Amino acid sequence: MKRAIITVTGIDHTGIVAGISSVLANFGVNILDITQTIMGDIFVMALLVDITKLEDITPLVEKLLEEGERLKVKVSFEREEIFRVMHRI
Amino acid sequence: MIFTTEEILETIRMIQIEHLDIRTVTLGVDLLDCRRDSVDETIKRLREKLLNATEGFLDTIKRVELEYGIPIVNKRIAITPASLLISSLDVEDYIHLAKELDKLALDVGLDFIGGYTCFLEYEVSSTDKVFLKSIPIILNETERLCASIVTATTKAGINLDAIRESSYVILETARIKARPIVCAKLIVLCNPPGDNPFMAGAFHGIKRGERVINVGISGPGTIRSAIERLPKDADILSIVEEIKRVSFKITRSGEFIGKEIASRLGINSVSVDISLAPTPEEGDSVARIIERIGVETFGAPGTTGLLFLLNDALKKGCLMASSSVGGLSGTFVPVSEDKGIAEAVGKGVLTLEKLESLTNVCSVGLDMIPIPGDISPYTLMGIILDEMAIGVMHNKTTAVRILPVPGGKPGEWVELGGLLGRAPIISVNSTPCIDIFKRGGRIPPPLTSYRN
Repeated sequence: MKRAIITVTGIDHTGIVAGISSVLANFGVNILDITQTIMGDIFVMALLVDITKLEDITPLVEKLLEEGERLKVKVSFEREEIFRVMHRI
Repeated sequence: MIFTTEEILETIRMIQIEHLDIRTVTLGVDLLDCRRDSVDETIKRLREKLLNATEGFLDTIKRVELEYGIPIVNKRIAITPASLLISSLDVEDYIHLAKELDKLALDVGLDFIGGYTCFLEYEVSSTDKVFLKSIPIILNETERLCASIVTATTKAGINLDAIRESSYVILETARIKARPIVCAKLIVLCNPPGDNPFMAGAFHGIKRGERVINVGISGPGTIRSAIERLPKDADILSIVEEIKRVSFKITRSGEFIGKEIASRLGINSVSVDISLAPTPEEGDSVARIIERIGVETFGAPGTTGLLFLLNDALKKGCLMASSSVGGLSGTFVPVSEDKGIAEAVGKGVLTLEKLESLTNVCSVGLDMIPIPGDISPYTLMGIILDEMAIGVMHNKTTAVRILPVPGGKPGEWVELGGLLGRAPIISVNSTPCIDIFKRGGRIPPPLTSYRN
C-alpha cells in the first residue's frame, strides 16, 4: 500500500476539513486516519491517505495546493516513508 | 495516527522554514568504454552514452520531489575525468570535447557537468600541459562545465610543478573576461573522492560502477534552529547530542531520496554526502551555528574548536543513519555562499589564515574567496601549497577555489549572484615565497602514507 500524509496548517475557520476531504473524495483517495489540533492560534490537521490506486499523483497535489490557497491554509503533501525514515529507527 | 503531530510538524518545519533540501543529485557516469582511436569518434560515442544514461533522470527527480515534498535544488552529472578520455597534443581537441560536454548538459537540462579533471600529483606530462592550457579557455567559453586539478595526495606527496601550473591557470581563467565568477567552476584538489556530488570538484572515480547516484544534503538552517531551541545556557554535551539527532534525520531523508531516485532509474549504487552546505539565505549559515554556540563573530578565537565540535557531531549522527556515507562529508566554509562568513570577512574578524586553519578540522578548504586580481602568481602558489600540505598530512580532502578579482582591492564587495552569493575581497599576505617554486619537483609523501 502506498500512503501519504497531507498536512494542513493555518488560521482555524469553518470548511477546512470539508474542503480538503472533498478534493480527496473526488480523486477516489481514502482517508485512513485523521488527527487535528490547535497549537496556539494555529489549526493543524494531518491526514493519512491511501494513494495506491493513483498512477500519477501530480493532479492530486496540484488540486490540494489550489484548495489550500482558496481556504487560506498551507497544505503539504509527503509520501509516508519520509516521516518513517526521519522519526523511526 | 502512526506519527505524532509533533513529528509531522517537525519534518514540515525543517523543509519549509529551515531550508532542508537535497542540495544536489549528481549522476556519476563511467565513460571509459567510450575511448576510440580518434577524438571525434570518442566524442560521438560519449555523447550517445551520456544521452542514454541521463534518460529519465530529470523526470524522475521531479516526480520524487513532488511525492516526498523535499526540494531538490541541483541536477548534475559527473563523468570519468576528461583527461583520461582523450590524450592529445592539440589544445583544440580538448576545447572540442569541453564544448560538446557543455552542450550536452544544456540539451539534457542539467545545471552542471563535472569531471574536466586531470591528475598531476606525480607529474605534469606533455599532454597534461595541453589540457591545462585548455582550462582557462573552456571555462570562459562554456557555462556548465566544471574543471578540477589534482596536485597532491597523501600517497604521492605534493607536486610543486603542478601547483605552479595551477596558479597560472587560475589567474588566466580570471583574466580572460575579468569575471571572477568563472573561477567558481575551477578547483585545485588534494585527495579528492570519486563520489563527490558537489561542484566544482565532482568527477566519476575509476571503477566506481557504470552509473551511481551521489546525493548532497543541505541543512545548516535545521542545525541552527535546533540549537536555538535549546536553552541559552545548555551545556556542551546537550549541543553535541542535538546536532547528532538532527544530523541523523537529515541524513536518513537524503539517503532515502537518493535510493528512491536510484531504484526508479535502475541504479544500485548510492552515496550520500552529508556536508553542511550553506546558502546565502538568512539563517542557512554555518557561521550562525558557530556564533550561536559560543563566539561573537565567526573567525574569533574558539571558532576552530567549535567547527571541530560541529563537524564531528554531524558525522556521528550521520554514520548511525546511513552506511552509504561518502563524498566529502565535511562542513563547507564557502565565504561568498554563507552570509555570516562573508560578513565576518567584511568585519576583518575572519582572515585567510584563519580560514586555512579551519580546514584542519573540516572539509574542504579555501572556498569561494575573492582575492585581489593583482596577486603574485607565487603568492597564490604558496596559498595552494599550504592547503595541499594540510590535506596530505591529515589524509583528507582539501581544496582551493579562489576567485581573483581583476582590479579589485581588499574590502570591496563582489557580487556573484544567486546561490554563489557575495563577499568582500580578502587581504592576502604577500611576503615573497618564490624560491620554493623555482626549485620545483615533488615533496615526498609523509610517513603516515606508509601503512603496510
